[in-house]
Amino acid sequence: MLLIECPWCGPRDEVEFQCGGQSHIERPGPPEAVSDERWGAYLFERINPKGLHRERWVHAFGCRRWFNIARNTATHEIIAVYRMGESSPDAPSGDGAVP
Amino acid sequence: MSGTQPFRLASGGEVDRDRPIRFRFGGKAYTGFEGDTLASALLANGVRLAGRSFKYHRPRGLIGMGVEESNVLVQLGSADRSTPNVRATEVYLYEGLEAAPVNCWPNVRLDIGGINNLMSRFLAAGFYYKTFMWPNWHFYEGIIRRAAGLGRAPTQRDPDRYESRNAHCDLLVVGSGPAGLAAARLAAASGARVMLVEQDSLLGGSLLHDDATIDGSDARAWIDATKEMLAASEDIVVLARTAAVGYFDHNALTLLEQVGNEAACAAGSVRYRLWNVRAKRVILATGALDRPLVFSGNDRPGVMLATAVRHYVRRFGVVPGKKAIVFTNNDEAYRTAFALAEAGTIVSAVVDARSHPPDNFSSRLSHFGIALIAGGAVVATKGAKALRAVQVRSGDGALRWVDCDLLAMSGGLNPTVHLFCQSGGKLRFDEATASFLPGNSAQAEESVGAAAGTFTVSGALQSGHAAAHRALLTLDLECCLDAPVCAEERLPQPLLPLWHVSGGRGKAFVDFQNDVSADDIGLAARENFISVEHLKRYTTLGMAADQGKTSNVNALAIMASLTGRSVQDTGTTRYRFPFTPMPLASFAGRARADLFRPLRMMPAHERHIRHGAAFEDYGGWMRPSCYPLPGESHAAAEQREALAVRQSAGLFEGSPLGKIEVVGPDAAKFLDLIYANTMSTLKSGKVRYGLMLNELGAIIDDGVAARVEDTHYIVCTSSGGAARIAAWLEEWLQCEWPGLDVVVAPVTTAWGVVTLTGPAARRILEKVGTSFDLAADVFPHMSFREGLVANIPARIFRVSYTGEVSYEINVPASHTPELWDRLFAAGATHGITPIGVDGWMLLRTEKGFLHIGADTDGTTTPLDVGWGYVLKKKSDFVGRRSLLLPENQRSDKLGFVGFRAVDPAVILPVGEHVVITDADSTQRSDGYVTSAGFSPVLGMGVALGMIHGGDTRLGDTVSIGVHRAQVVPPAAYDPEGKRLNG
Repeated sequence: MLLIECPWCGPRDEVEFQCGGQSHIERPGPPEAVSDERWGAYLFERINPKGLHRERWVHAFGCRRWFNIARNTATHEIIAVYRMGESSPDAPSGDGAVP
Repeated sequence: MSGTQPFRLASGGEVDRDRPIRFRFGGKAYTGFEGDTLASALLANGVRLAGRSFKYHRPRGLIGMGVEESNVLVQLGSADRSTPNVRATEVYLYEGLEAAPVNCWPNVRLDIGGINNLMSRFLAAGFYYKTFMWPNWHFYEGIIRRAAGLGRAPTQRDPDRYESRNAHCDLLVVGSGPAGLAAARLAAASGARVMLVEQDSLLGGSLLHDDATIDGSDARAWIDATKEMLAASEDIVVLARTAAVGYFDHNALTLLEQVGNEAACAAGSVRYRLWNVRAKRVILATGALDRPLVFSGNDRPGVMLATAVRHYVRRFGVVPGKKAIVFTNNDEAYRTAFALAEAGTIVSAVVDARSHPPDNFSSRLSHFGIALIAGGAVVATKGAKALRAVQVRSGDGALRWVDCDLLAMSGGLNPTVHLFCQSGGKLRFDEATASFLPGNSAQAEESVGAAAGTFTVSGALQSGHAAAHRALLTLDLECCLDAPVCAEERLPQPLLPLWHVSGGRGKAFVDFQNDVSADDIGLAARENFISVEHLKRYTTLGMAADQGKTSNVNALAIMASLTGRSVQDTGTTRYRFPFTPMPLASFAGRARADLFRPLRMMPAHERHIRHGAAFEDYGGWMRPSCYPLPGESHAAAEQREALAVRQSAGLFEGSPLGKIEVVGPDAAKFLDLIYANTMSTLKSGKVRYGLMLNELGAIIDDGVAARVEDTHYIVCTSSGGAARIAAWLEEWLQCEWPGLDVVVAPVTTAWGVVTLTGPAARRILEKVGTSFDLAADVFPHMSFREGLVANIPARIFRVSYTGEVSYEINVPASHTPELWDRLFAAGATHGITPIGVDGWMLLRTEKGFLHIGADTDGTTTPLDVGWGYVLKKKSDFVGRRSLLLPENQRSDKLGFVGFRAVDPAVILPVGEHVVITDADSTQRSDGYVTSAGFSPVLGMGVALGMIHGGDTRLGDTVSIGVHRAQVVPPAAYDPEGKRLNG
C-alpha cells in the first residue's frame, strides 16, 4: 500500500489514486505523417523494467490532477513525484531501464 | 486444588477465583474463572484430549498458549454465530461459551475417522497424487473433499457488526513484552504519537510468566506503572487483543482488534475492528515462539511446549500435569521445570540433549529433587488418549520408561519474524541461537528483544529502549528517560541444535496441525521435492490455520540435513499476510448487504414508486424498466409504453445521463480533438451528436454536445459513461494538451433530467409554460435553450432518442419531482404515460439509433457504423490515425445494419449469429444480432446487428439461427426523420 505524495494535496494513501501506466510517451503526429509502425509502437510498446519506472498517476479520489511518479518497481520506493510537464529527475546509476 | 477444577492452583495467576464462568466443551459443562482462556480452563478441568488431527485423526491435546497452538481448534459458538477452527488459546472465557472440537465424529474420544491412523503407513505425503489416478482424480475428489477440512463454515448469515478504522502515528510498537514496553515508554515520554498493540488481553508478554526485577520493582508492578504512564497521554493508543496481521509497503500495517465475544455481540457490540495504520516508524517487539522437539509420539496429549506450560502455571494458576518430565536442548526449559516444581508438580527429570548442561542450575535442581539426564533424549511416548510414560535415553545410551502425564519440551526459540518478512526484510540464519533472525530492513522498522534474538529480559529492555531512541531521533523528537534496568541472574548458555531425535518407533511429528512427520520430509527429499516451496506443497507442511508457526524451522533444518545444505541455503518459505487467521467479515467491515454497493436512486425515485415501476439496476442506478399495470406482464407494459410515445406522449427520467461542462477560450479546439466529428463549427444554441473514440479508433461513447456560448459547451454522455468520460477528458487535457485553456466540470448529479417525448410533447410543454418560444421553426430539433419550464430554471435540449419530438429538460436535481408532477398533470388529457428503460430501448431500436456497448464493442470504429465522412475532417482527433490503418479500412469489416425477419412475427434473438454454410458444410459466423424487439407501431419484429461488409449487404437474405431475414437499413420506423423534426 503505497504512500503517494500528491504534488497538490500532500501524502495520501494509494487507494485514492489510479495508475495510468508509463509516462513520457510522445504522441506522434500529424496523423498523415506517421507511419503505421510508429503509430503501432505508440499504441502498444511499453517497457517493463525491474527498477526505475516513470508512471503517470491521477489523484482520482482527491484533486483529480495527473502527475508523474518515478518509482522502483522492485522495492516500491518512490524516488520522485513531479508535475505534468516537468522534466524527469535523473535515474540513479544502474537502476533499471530509462524510457 | 480449587473446587471442581482439579488442576487449578489455590492461588496465583491473573484469574479471578471469585468470578466463576460456566461453559460447555464438546457438550459437557465445565467451570473456569474470569481471566481464563478456553485453553487454560480446559487444562484446569483436566481435559487433556481436546482435538483430533487433520489427516490421521490422532488424539491431540493443547501444545501451546497463543497463536502458535496447532492442535486444539474448536468450533466456537452456535447457529449463526458459529465460527470454525478457532484456537482455544485465543478464546477468552465468557459465561455460556459453547465450543466443540473439530474434525471428529461422533466425539473426540470415539472418533470414527481414527481409522486413518491405523492406515497411516499407507497415507504418507503425496498419497493422494499417487493413488487416485485411475480413472482420474475427479472420480475421487468429492469423497476426499468431504473427508477433508476441519471445522464447518456457518451456513447462516453473520449477524455481527464489523468495523474498520484508519490511523496514523509516529511510532507503532507491535508487542508489549519487556522490549515493546520499554520502547513505548520512551516514545511516550518524548511526546510522540504512539500506538502499542498486543494480541493478548494483558500487556507484559513474557513478563506474565517470568520473574524479573525491573527498576527495583517486581515485573507486574513495573508493567502497571508503565501502563499508567501510557494511559496518561492522549497521544498514546494502547490496543490489547489486537494482532498486527499485515505489514505492507510504506509502513502500512493492518491490525485486527478482537472487540466483542459472542455474548457481547448479541448485546450489540462490534465483533472485530480492522485497523489500517500508517506509521512513520515501526518497532517489532513480537517476541519468540517455542520450537517443538521432533521425536516419536511427540504429539500425544500431554506433550506441550515448555514456555506454554510455564505460562499456564504462572498466568492462569493451572498445572497441566501432576508428574512431569522436561526435555530440552537449551536453558529456557529449566525455568519451566522450576515453575512446575514450585507449583507442587513432581518433576522427575530434566532431559537435556547437551552433554554438559550449565552447572548453575544444579543447586536448584537438587533443591527440588529433579534428576538431570545430560546428553539424553526422549525417544518415544506411551498412552492411548493421553500421555502415560516416556522412554528416555540417557547419555550412555540406556533406555528406560518413566511414568509421567506431562512432557514439557523446548527445542529453542523461534523469533517471530513474520511481520519483518512481510515488510520485505531479509532473514539470516544465526548459528548461535539456531534460528532465523531479522537481517536487512526494507522499511522504516526495527526488530527488538526476542524477535531480534535477544532472549534475556535485560537485553530486551535495552534493545527496545535503544530502538525507540533511534526512531525518535529520525522524527526530530527529544527523549530524556533512562533505560529500564533489570538485574539478570545469569546469562543463558548456548543451545545444542536438535532437529530430529531418531531411534523411536512411530511417527515423529513436525507439523502437528497437518500431520506431517519427519518421515514425510524424508520422502519429499527422496522424491526431489527439496525446494522449501515444493516441500510445503508436497507435504502440506506449514499450511492450514497455524501457517507453520511451530513447524517451519524444524522442517527446514531436517530438509537441510537430508540434502547436505546449510539451513541458510535451504531458506524459508514466504511468510505471508495474515499473521493469524482473520474472519472474512472483518475485511468487509460495514460494506455488507445494502451497503456493499449502494444503489443510486434518481431524484424522482419516489414518483416512479407511485407509478408502480419495476426497478432494475442499470450501472449502479435504480431505474424503472417499465411501469406494469395491475396484472400486466413486463413485456406488455413495454409495448404499451412504447406505443403511447408514438401516439401521444411519454415521460422518461434520464437523470443519470452524463453532463460535463467544458468551458474556456479553447473549449471548441479541445472538443474538436476529443470528438471524431467537428464541434467548433457548432453555433451557439445548437446541439450536435458526436462520437468519441479511443486511440485505437474504437467508439467509447456517444452523445450530444450543446454550445451554450462561444466558450461554453455542455457535453452529454451515455449514463454508463458519465464518470469515465469526465476522467477521460481530464486525462487528455492535463497530460497531452496542458496548454489548452479549458476547464472540465462533471455536473451529472447536479441536474435531474425529465424527457418529454411524443407527438403531444409540444402541447404539454406549452401547457406548463416556458419562458421561450417552442415553435418548431424557432426552437427546432437539435437546439438548446436556457429558460424557465413551469417556472423552474431549466436547460432544454431538443434532441430525440425516440424519433418523436422530444425535450430533454434539465433542472436542478431537487426540482425534478416537481417538474415530473407538473408535466404529468399537464399531459393527463393527452394520455401521457411514464415509460421505462425497456420501452425506451425499443423505441430507439425501431429508429436504428446506436446504443454504444450494445450495438458496438471494443473493435467498432466510426467507419463500421456509417461514419466514413469523419475522415474528411481536416484536423487531428483522438483515434484518427488508427482509422487509417489497413485493418480498419477493410471493406469486409463488421458493419452496422438492420435485420428484418421474413416472418414479421419473429423477434430475432439478440446474440444469434448470421450463419454462412460453406461448400464443405462447415458453418461460420457472418455477423450477429445486437438489439431486437417487437415494434408495436409497425406490428413486426425489428432488429439491429453487425454483418461483414455492413451496408454493402443491404438487400441480402441471410440465415440467422433458424430464421431467414433480410439485411435492411437500421431505421425501420420513419427513416426520413419527419416526426422528430415536427
